[in-house]
Amino acid sequence: MRVWSAAAGEARSGMLFVAPYLMVFSILLVFPLFSGMWLSLHKADLFGGSQFIGWENYTRLFRDPVFLKSVRNTGYFVVLTVPALAIIGLGLALALNNRSRRSAILRGLFFSSSVLSVTIVTLIWRMVLIPDGGLIAGVMKSIGMAPIPFLSSAHLALPALAMVTVWWCIGLPMMLFLAALQQVPADLYEAAALDNAGWWRTLLSITLPSIRRTAVVVVVIEIILQFQLFGQAQIMTLGGPNNASLPIVLFIYQVGFQRWDIGYAAAASEILFCIILAAAMTQFFAARGRRRG
Amino acid sequence: MIGLALKGVSKRFGTSLVLDDVSLEVGASELLVVLGPSGCGKSTLLRAIAGLESIDSGAIEIEGERVDHLTPGKRGVAMVFQSYALYPHMTVRENISFGLVNVGVATAEIDRRIADVSRMLEMEPLLNRLPAELSGGQRQRVAIGRAIVKDPRVFMFDEPLSNLDAALRSRTRHEIANLHRRIKRTMVFVTHDQTEAMTLADRIVVMNQQRIEQIGTPSEVYNHPATLFVATFVGSPAMNTLAVTRVAAAETLQRVRLADGTQIDTLVPTSALPSEGPLRIGLRPESVKLCAPGEGLTNATVEFAEFMGDKTHVYLALASEDRIVAVDGASFTARVGETLGIKFDAAGTHLFDAEGRNCRRFS
Repeated sequence: MRVWSAAAGEARSGMLFVAPYLMVFSILLVFPLFSGMWLSLHKADLFGGSQFIGWENYTRLFRDPVFLKSVRNTGYFVVLTVPALAIIGLGLALALNNRSRRSAILRGLFFSSSVLSVTIVTLIWRMVLIPDGGLIAGVMKSIGMAPIPFLSSAHLALPALAMVTVWWCIGLPMMLFLAALQQVPADLYEAAALDNAGWWRTLLSITLPSIRRTAVVVVVIEIILQFQLFGQAQIMTLGGPNNASLPIVLFIYQVGFQRWDIGYAAAASEILFCIILAAAMTQFFAARGRRRG
Repeated sequence: MIGLALKGVSKRFGTSLVLDDVSLEVGASELLVVLGPSGCGKSTLLRAIAGLESIDSGAIEIEGERVDHLTPGKRGVAMVFQSYALYPHMTVRENISFGLVNVGVATAEIDRRIADVSRMLEMEPLLNRLPAELSGGQRQRVAIGRAIVKDPRVFMFDEPLSNLDAALRSRTRHEIANLHRRIKRTMVFVTHDQTEAMTLADRIVVMNQQRIEQIGTPSEVYNHPATLFVATFVGSPAMNTLAVTRVAAAETLQRVRLADGTQIDTLVPTSALPSEGPLRIGLRPESVKLCAPGEGLTNATVEFAEFMGDKTHVYLALASEDRIVAVDGASFTARVGETLGIKFDAAGTHLFDAEGRNCRRFS
């Protein structure tokens, strides 16, 4: 009896500690999640007045060429950025995983871009990318080539945004991989050296298998983040030229807050939610399945 | 034939000296144990032989060939690590064959060697398991198997028994001794445990503060310790050492006096001692005999007695506040505070000079 009530008492005080966060979580995350799902079944605008229309928003979305273009753009963007972030992040972590002062400085330098806001990042990269006096244009002119209008080219706008994003976001993958590399016991590498394993063999047979879980985490996190591309497109290209760099979130923003069709926007955001969930879970389960029994 | 030779090897980490002019030779099928306290440089020595640490000066030769400029994989050595260092995501079979695959050994040959070693170490049921599915002792065997299968010129063991429980440690010690008898290769075994050293070694290298104190057989190291450090490090309970003064006399063998005035005869020639400077006498607990009070050279008070089953360790205090340990039989009955007489066996006395060197000469 005494044990039971002691445990119950502990559970009660535990709930008291968790209650404030649970309240905020419920109000700001859980309620809007379900409220958004409900909203997506209505035709509504911000000035009041909503009408239940069932799945009509969804059927309209699947026939909307702009929405479909935004889905293809976002998928293409994720394919460009996520592997680059994972591979470059891993490469930097491998190169900078030592105690030298130079590595410590470089680690700080590579991470520093992550603390900038999107406004600063896009401001900097505008100055790099614009054909009229930008950094890249200057270099190209100096070697006799015509400057490339990255942000106004239908083919190059998204890759340009991807390049900006990789520069901006490389800090997190690099740090996660660094932490994982430092967990690998040093004597594994020593045993591999005694077993005549060269650099590449050690990387493939010892390092990569040891950091597999972190690699899965990095890829899943980056898939979730990059599917939500918004700021870079909004500020640098406005989704153009001609929707060539329009991501799903910018579509939602334009539909919801410029055209005031918030039911339609809510439906688009539910589809984005499902896409991200599917992509992240596929990656997660694929990685789990590959692990030996 | 010399299996392994170190000639004047020194190493620094920054400003700290970790190996100080170390020289030794290991015979072709000898099991050499490097014994010493933590921080004495024994693991660094092993890692330098393996190529996991570079050396600042000196040379390392394996079977006459200089190897200190070679990478670890090219030296023909194998090491069993304290933490086993098994590759966690590879099966036992893959762990054992990894080194052979890297040097291009044929698959048939790899399979043959794995079959042989798994039979020798009774590992056949474990071959398809991951290291996480093995017990500590099984992982130890896999680590040893991984070393054997490479057919190295020198086997190295870096405190391999430290992570095992007492019963398993004893069993694994016998397995290593059997292994050495069977494969007859040069083995270097590093430990801080003197039981392992005394039971396994053909010869022991006692290290302290980055230097070698003595190299000798277990019997030599125990009965004829070269320095005060070796005398007190090897043997449990440790050798009694007491400050003594010389008794001027005409005899050729030195007589000394304890702080409480007791005179002790030693077998150390006076000519072997420095003419002046402090001396310490060394007596193993088994050289201290207990008798009735007044019947010995002096008296001492019992402070504490440890009953070990087959014998008793008796901790005594002399009148001069010096403390000594004696070994008595299992039937020891004296109580704490009781006074007993003690005698010293002259054959077991050693005299150490101010530098800690043993002045007793052994033929």
